[in-house]
Amino acid sequence: MTVYHLKTPISEEEIRKLKVNDVLYITGTIVTARDQAHRRALEYFKEGKRLPVNLEGLAVFHCGPVVKKEDEKWVAVAAGPTTSTRMDIFEDEFIKNFKVRVVIGKGGMGKRTTDAMAKYGAVYGAFTGGAAILAAKAIKNVKGVEWLDLGTPEALWIFEVEDFGPLAVAIDSHGNNLFTDVAKSVEENRKRIYQKLGLQP
Amino acid sequence: MENAKIVENAAFNLIKQAVIYLPKDVKQALEKAYMEETSEAGKTQLKAILDNIELAEKYQSPICQDTGTIIFYARAGANFKNLDKVEEALTNATRRATKEVPLRPNAVDPFTQKNSGDNTGRFIPYINWEIATGDTLELTVMTKGGGSENVCVTGTLVPGEGINGLKKFVIEAVIKAGAQPCPPTILGIAMGGGVDIAMKLAKKALLRPLNEPNPNPEIAKLEKELFEAANMTGIGPMGLGGRTTVLGVHVEYAFRHPASFPAAVAFNCWAARRAAARIHTDGTVEYLTHKEKV
Ligand code: SF4
Repeated sequence: MTVYHLKTPISEEEIRKLKVNDVLYITGTIVTARDQAHRRALEYFKEGKRLPVNLEGLAVFHCGPVVKKEDEKWVAVAAGPTTSTRMDIFEDEFIKNFKVRVVIGKGGMGKRTTDAMAKYGAVYGAFTGGAAILAAKAIKNVKGVEWLDLGTPEALWIFEVEDFGPLAVAIDSHGNNLFTDVAKSVEENRKRIYQKLGLQP
Repeated sequence: MENAKIVENAAFNLIKQAVIYLPKDVKQALEKAYMEETSEAGKTQLKAILDNIELAEKYQSPICQDTGTIIFYARAGANFKNLDKVEEALTNATRRATKEVPLRPNAVDPFTQKNSGDNTGRFIPYINWEIATGDTLELTVMTKGGGSENVCVTGTLVPGEGINGLKKFVIEAVIKAGAQPCPPTILGIAMGGGVDIAMKLAKKALLRPLNEPNPNPEIAKLEKELFEAANMTGIGPMGLGGRTTVLGVHVEYAFRHPASFPAAVAFNCWAARRAAARIHTDGTVEYLTHKEKV
């Protein structure tokens, strides 16, 4: 296990050094996007429109933050990750078109995303589910927000972060997926459990 | 102060305590899990959880952005005054807590999909009533997260399979839930009654402190067996692999109909938030879970 501290924008070469089980902390810019924002971003790309933020080398964060406005300025109060599987249907295109280098969320993602990460050079960083204060404290500044018409949780929040993490590298850019590995060993373990408890499958 | 206002204030304090400070037994179990976890990825997750708990206490902020659905358990002494005012007091406390703590508004009308904005609505906060002798009101609040609620299951097992059927049901539920309920989780398990009774008992079992096995040694043995089996799955903290998938397993039961074997598994995430107090008729409030935080 190696601990990496990377600054955005992250290059393909840098991200390819990471392997599953490594730990990553990010300093720089991360942008939130959930289902709706993913969909709209891909529509923009198809129509040849530019996104309001250039995502190249940045991290996209599956998160609907709790934010409040203090003296006309947005502050992130709680910003834990949401379940990533809902974004699986968009993420391969998203990585390909916008060259994001890190996808942050919880629960892991599937084969399509894993393949795209290997092909274009990106990793999935699992952020601890529920650890909302830990995330919020690493957000030093809300640099901006776009697409607020989608609602606060679904908008693109542009966060300036310092040592945002720990992110467990659960999918690397070499085709490894920790969640798939765990699922496989759970299948094996199920047999052992049934045996131990004397159960018939 | 008038009785209803005392109940409201106590309930407000309980909600606030619950969402900011995890009970001691849960914290200790997480610390122990951190010490014993051998998977590196799992250990990192447990460390992040412990750091997050500490930050929440320091900044008096809710532990998780999902402050859950507010559920009360009220054990009412038959001679406690103004019992008919308690429901309103609990609703008021919920509204106040939503604004002042603050909590995320989590009460949505399933027909219109509209969020009430204050964590109240039809049957919410939900109150589980129990009547006891005496003149005190024992109030417990559970703020129940959505991620762990989504994997709760009930089933009707084959009576002929007996307890083995239940064991299978539990293991399959844990495997199917995977990373979704933010493991390490706590399992509340119940059998018997009807399906509704089983789930009610399973959920209530989540309130029992982690270091208290069921007083019935036979059931305590089953709890231990299922605890070990669930941790053998290797799902681990946040589903990243490891030996800590559950922090505790609590089993309850009711008698069953000869032809049916209802069972329920309730999950609570690591953010297992609960707080309790005893309110006396003279207006004094005794905080039971968060004594030092009042
Ligand atoms: S399951 Fe629990 S810890 Fe995870 S996000 Fe929901 S409330 Fe928070």
